[in-house]
Amino acid sequence: MNFTKTRSDLTVMLIFSIAVLTMPIWLAPIGAGYPDLLQKFAIFGIFAIGYNILFGLTGYLSFGHAAFLGIGSYTAVWSFKLLTMNVLPAIFFAVLMAGLFAALIGFVSLRRSGIYFSILTLAFAQMSYNLAYSVLTPITNGETGLQLTLQDARIFDGPAGEGLPSTELFGISMSGYSGFYFCAVVLIIAFFLSLKIFRSPFGMKLQAIKSNQTRMKYTGFNTRPYLMTAFIISGMYAGLAGGLMAVTDPLAGAERMQWTASGEVVLMTILGGVGTLFGPLLGVGIIKYFENIFSAVNEAALHNFFSFLPGFLENLMVTIITPFVGEGWHLTLGVLFMVIVIFLPGGIMEGLDRIKKRYKTEGASEQTGDKE
Amino acid sequence: MDAIFLQLLNGLDKGGAYALIALGLTLVFGTLGVVNFAHGALFMLGAFCAVSFQKLLTISMKVRDESITFFEAYKEVPYLEIWFGDFGSMIIDWSVPLSILLTIPTMLLIGLAMERGLIKHFYKRTHAEQILVTFGLAIVVQEVIRHFYGANPIPTPAPDIISGSAPIGLWLGLSENLVYPWWRIIYLTFSIIIITAVFAFLQLTTFGMVVRAGMQDREMVAMLGINVERKFTIVFGMAAVVAGLAGMMYAPILPPDYHMGMDFLVLSFVVVVVGGMGSLRGAVAAGFLLGILQSFASLNEIKSILPGIDQIIIYLVAVVILLTRPRGLMGRKGVMED
Repeated sequence: MNFTKTRSDLTVMLIFSIAVLTMPIWLAPIGAGYPDLLQKFAIFGIFAIGYNILFGLTGYLSFGHAAFLGIGSYTAVWSFKLLTMNVLPAIFFAVLMAGLFAALIGFVSLRRSGIYFSILTLAFAQMSYNLAYSVLTPITNGETGLQLTLQDARIFDGPAGEGLPSTELFGISMSGYSGFYFCAVVLIIAFFLSLKIFRSPFGMKLQAIKSNQTRMKYTGFNTRPYLMTAFIISGMYAGLAGGLMAVTDPLAGAERMQWTASGEVVLMTILGGVGTLFGPLLGVGIIKYFENIFSAVNEAALHNFFSFLPGFLENLMVTIITPFVGEGWHLTLGVLFMVIVIFLPGGIMEGLDRIKKRYKTEGASEQTGDKE
Repeated sequence: MDAIFLQLLNGLDKGGAYALIALGLTLVFGTLGVVNFAHGALFMLGAFCAVSFQKLLTISMKVRDESITFFEAYKEVPYLEIWFGDFGSMIIDWSVPLSILLTIPTMLLIGLAMERGLIKHFYKRTHAEQILVTFGLAIVVQEVIRHFYGANPIPTPAPDIISGSAPIGLWLGLSENLVYPWWRIIYLTFSIIIITAVFAFLQLTTFGMVVRAGMQDREMVAMLGINVERKFTIVFGMAAVVAGLAGMMYAPILPPDYHMGMDFLVLSFVVVVVGGMGSLRGAVAAGFLLGILQSFASLNEIKSILPGIDQIIIYLVAVVILLTRPRGLMGRKGVMED
C-alpha cells in the first residue's frame, strides 16, 4: 500500500486504466491475449476487489460470496429474457438484487463474528445453492441452468427473429473484444470506487474494526452499520461480476453458487494480498492465467516439453507432474492455497514488500560501508 | 405411522454419521482450539479405506470357465478363493466389516501425520488462517483421491448375508410391511457403540481425565507437569479414527466419491454450531436431532406444504439457533459467544 500512497491517486488511476485497456497487447506475448480469458480477468477482478472490501478491510471471512455471484447471474439472464438484450438494465438489476440479498444475509450473519460468521455465510450460500437446484427450478431452471430461449417475452425488443439474439449495448454486440472492453471499463470504475473507499474515513473505520473491534465499541462507536455497508457493497460487487458473466455468456447455473466457488475468490484475494489495493487483482490474474494453461496441458504435451531429458527422466517428470495438470488443476490450486497460507499469509504483495525491505537494508549497509 | 417410524430410523442413521463427524470436530476444537475444515476429508478417506480393502481382497486372475464347453471362456476368480476355497470367499464377503481392522491404524497414522505435519504450526494463528489452510488441505486430499480412484462413485456393497432387510415391523408388533435394511441397523448400532466408547474413554480413563482437564484449562494442566501437547495430538488421531470409521461404515449406504467429505463437512459444522462449540454431548445430541429433523422434512406430506424444506431445514435451524442462543444447545456459558 505504501507503494500507492507515494503517488497521487490520479496517477494510480491513470496507470491502472491504461494497463487494463491495453491488456490485449501486453498479455499477448504470454498467450493470454484473447477475449475469453481477458473477460475472465476483468470479471473475477471485480469479484475479488469487492471481496477484498469486506475481508481485506474488516477481516470478516465470508465463505458464501459465490451466492451473490449466482444471484447476479440469474437476475441478469432474467432481465435478458423478460425486458431487453441491452446489458445496462441487466447489470443494474443484477447489482440491485445482489445488494438486496446481501442486506438480508448480512443482517443475520453480521450478528456474529469470527468462525460463526464464516459458518453462517457458508450455511446461507449452501442454502441458496440447494434451493436453486431443487425447489426454485421454475426460476433457476435447476441442473440445466437458465438460458435464453426463442419464446422469451423481451418486452422492449419485441419478438426474436431468426435464432437467439445476443447481448448488446445500444447495438454493439457484447461478444469478443467489445465484451472485454465493456468489462474493462466496468472494472476501472469498480477499482476507482474501491480506491475511494480505501482512502475514505469509512475505509479507515473498517480497518479499525479489523484491528480492534472491541476498542472501537468502547469509544462509543457502533460498528454494525459500517460492517453492514461493507458487506452490502462487497455483495453488490459480486452481483456485478455475476451480471457481467451473464453479459459475456447469457446463461446461469447453480454451480456458480457452490462453496468451492466462494473458496476460489478467497484464494485469489489471499494469493495476491489481503487488504491491499492491487493484491486481489494480481491473485485473479495469476490464478485465472494458470488455470487456463494448466487445464489445457495433457500428458502428450508434457512428454513434448520434457523431451530434452533422457528417457527415464522424462517419464519420471511426466508421472510426477501429470496429477497436477489438466483435470488435476484443482490439486495445484489446493497446494498453492496451503503454501500461501503457511508461508506467506500476506500474499504476493507481502512477498514483494519483504524483498524490497531486504534490498533496502542491504543497500543501506553498503552505503555506510562506503562512508567508512 | 409406518412412514413416520421409517423416517425416524433414517434420521437416526444419518444422525449417527453427523454425530460421529461432529464429535471429532468438537474434540479437535475443544483440545487444540483448531477449526478443522479437513475433517470431512478424513470421513471420505475412511470410506475409501473400505473401497481399497475390498479391491485388495478381490485381486483376481483369469481362469478358464469350465461350465462353458462350446468355446474358450474365461472368468475372473479372486486369488483368495483359489487359495482358500470357501473360506476365501467368506473373507471377501465380509471385506467391509473386516476393513475396520485396517481402517483404525491407517486413520490413526493419517491423523497423527496431519497434526504433526500441519495443524501443529497453526495453534497460534488466527481462526481465519486455520480455516483457510485446512480448507486447502481438504482440497488437496480430495483431488489426490480423485486422481487415484476417479470421479465416479464406487459402489461398495455390504456382505451378502446382511444385504437384506430386517422385519422390524414384526418385532415391534407393527405392520409386516415395515422392513429396514440390516446394514443401516448395523450402522446405527455401530455409531452408538463408537460414541459410547469415546465418552467412556474420556470419562473413565486417566488419559481421558487429563484431556478433559486440558480442555478446561490447558495452562494449568501443563503447569502440573503433563505434556498436554502430546495428549492432544493423540486426541486428534482419535478424532481422525472416529471420522474414518464413520466413513468406512457409511460406504455401503452411500457409494463413496471424492467430494462426499465436503458435503458432510458443511453439515457437520452446522451440527457443531447447533450443539455448541466445544460441547461433546451437544455435538452428539445435535447430530441425531438434525438427522431426524432432516428426514422428517423429506416426508412427502411435509414437502407438499413447504416445498424444498428438506434441503434447507438444517441451515434454517442453525441460523435460528445462532441468533437466539449463540452458544448452541449445550454450549458452556461464555465460550465463543461473540
